[in-house]
Amino acid sequence: MAQITLAKGLNQGLRAALEADPKVIVMGEDVGKLGGVFRITDGLQKDFGEDRVIDTPLAESGILGTAVGLAMRGYRPVCEIQFDGFVYPAYDQIVSQVAKIHFRSQGKIRMPIVIRIPFGGGIGAVEHHSESPEAQFAHTAGLKVVACSNPVDGFHMIQQAIASDDPIVFFEPKRQYHADKAELDESVQPAALFSSRVVREGSDATLLAYGPMVKTCVQAAQAAADEGQSLEVIDLRTLSPLDLVPVVESVRKTGRVIVTHEATVNLGLGSEIAARISEQCFYSLEAPVLRVGGFDTPYPPSRIEDDYLPDLDRVLDAVDRALAY
Amino acid sequence: MTDSVHAESGTAPGAAEAPSTEGTDLGVVFGPGSPAVSDESGTAPVQLLTPEGERREHPDYSFDLDDEVIKGFYRDLVLTRRIDAEATALQRHGELGIWAQLLGQEAAQIGSGRAMGPQDFVFPTYREHGVAWCRGVDPLHLLGLFRGVDQGGWDPNENNFALYTIVIGAQTLHATGYAMGMQRDGVVGSGDPDKDAAVVAYFGDGATSQGDVNEAFIWASVFNAPVVFFCQNNQWAISEPIERQSRIPLYQRAHGFGFPGVRVDGNDVLACYAVTQAALRRAREGSGPTFVEAYTYRMGAHTTTDDPTRYRLSEDLEHWKLKDPIARVKAYLVRGGLADDAFFAGIEQEAEAMGEHLREGCRALPDPSPLSIFDQVFVEQTPELAAQKEQFAAYLASFEGAH
Repeated sequence: MAQITLAKGLNQGLRAALEADPKVIVMGEDVGKLGGVFRITDGLQKDFGEDRVIDTPLAESGILGTAVGLAMRGYRPVCEIQFDGFVYPAYDQIVSQVAKIHFRSQGKIRMPIVIRIPFGGGIGAVEHHSESPEAQFAHTAGLKVVACSNPVDGFHMIQQAIASDDPIVFFEPKRQYHADKAELDESVQPAALFSSRVVREGSDATLLAYGPMVKTCVQAAQAAADEGQSLEVIDLRTLSPLDLVPVVESVRKTGRVIVTHEATVNLGLGSEIAARISEQCFYSLEAPVLRVGGFDTPYPPSRIEDDYLPDLDRVLDAVDRALAY
Repeated sequence: MTDSVHAESGTAPGAAEAPSTEGTDLGVVFGPGSPAVSDESGTAPVQLLTPEGERREHPDYSFDLDDEVIKGFYRDLVLTRRIDAEATALQRHGELGIWAQLLGQEAAQIGSGRAMGPQDFVFPTYREHGVAWCRGVDPLHLLGLFRGVDQGGWDPNENNFALYTIVIGAQTLHATGYAMGMQRDGVVGSGDPDKDAAVVAYFGDGATSQGDVNEAFIWASVFNAPVVFFCQNNQWAISEPIERQSRIPLYQRAHGFGFPGVRVDGNDVLACYAVTQAALRRAREGSGPTFVEAYTYRMGAHTTTDDPTRYRLSEDLEHWKLKDPIARVKAYLVRGGLADDAFFAGIEQEAEAMGEHLREGCRALPDPSPLSIFDQVFVEQTPELAAQKEQFAAYLASFEGAH
């Protein structure tokens, strides 16, 4: 069986989607001949042609605005935003058009658009290349938002997202693109797209993560195990809608929960998750829901990004605080 | 005719001379039409019917259809004006929250609207009531948005007429994407006139300042997409005059994007028809986009909440009244003895019936169910929304019998 990286998983998933449905179109800046700045679309234009894998002008609003028109014509555009910080010129089209057209048309017009966004920091990049804007989209009615964390999920989730008839913002942890390899067994049935998953079982506290923080939290749980603490780790995978079924089950077991993300803590996903856990697990909680995330500052210069990004130690510090209640 | 649009494209890209070393020649830097060098000569719009109702010849465009078609246009113009007047009155009576009037722009909309074939697709702003009429959309459906009972009550695929778009200029990109889809569907440049299709994107003079519109020009240009960019330059973006949007005649902008631009008398239904038809033909055959600037005037307010007396002179309005798009068609028909009193009376009767249809239909438009909003967000409803709907239904039910 093949060992693949996240980049390869996404690439193969896109390839499978292009093969499965002639209406699927990949579009974005440098996605054609170059294969994308991260090589996620490597080789696709060569095999599927310039009409289906489109190198677009450098205009993000144009990418999303034309994707709306293509979707109305029956196509299934997969739009690549080159970096998280470049999505904002397209924000109006995403929020005012993509998210609302199905609603405005009372269901007569569908928007099967996938917006792929490499997100998060840790790659030593210049500004606007390391942001985590997922909450802005999760807050928008009419959009679904997911984040993959590993090669196998990347392969399956991108295909599931493209097959969905609703618009999906698809976050990819860019520092994981070429980091680790995993075994892809295509005979294994993938989990549903909008489902969370326990990736490590434990009994003392629950760590919630998605995207790049999944690896950090698994490492934290391993380190904690050496000190006799048993931490459960859940990969949320879907950010809107949230799937809190495994979360609620876990919290009822552990009584303590820490939500982690690279995005700023203020009004981040952790805020919503903490509110829902307090609503659904009030009597099970032994400690307040704690959040570990980016500070409420713009993303800093890369030489100090390791201080800014939540790492294993900051996660474990929060675990200690939760266990101290 | 096919090449006539090319004729309007002016100086070819790269044809400008190198700047003089003895000082900057503004004509070279800014090109034709710059306020610094232009006296607006050469910017006269294409006109085939004068305000006095006389036919005119034009070297590049002609109206070849018979007078019966013109009589049909007259009917369209009158009924469109009636729809607009009736909706304005309904707003005054509190039946609509707001209405965006098209008074004065009837010819631009009917001329361009009637130039399309059933296979073409339209992306309107929120003022294209006349185009909607041409596409066969029941005008009653237009009222829903303004009454607040829906956000567009027609099926865009039934009449190839997209929903109204209120965010200024956003629809020009949708139009371009749709046109790119047509290219991929093999319905552009196939040589089959019944099959080949194009898109018409409507927008106003204010929208030409939007990034989306400029992006749409670039995309349509580099992908050679079959789009007609139909700009109704009605001189006013709410209170801001065209001078706040552009220092050159709008149609000349097209040259910089690499496709032809043409200015047409927007109050001349024959010219609007002929120019749009030429642009559509060009798009359908695979020659790419065209910018049509229909030079017209918003005789009414921006919307029923606007007060134009605060920012423009009444003399301007009086001046444009002399160019009324309907009066000149009537003058042409009467002078030529092409229509009799019975014809005009018949249309007046139809207009009356339209008024009644709108008045009665508007008041009968049902409010949507508060619970319906949860079902229209997604194709596949989320468990979260299903739960919210259930909770809200229970909450609403708790009031039943309380009064």
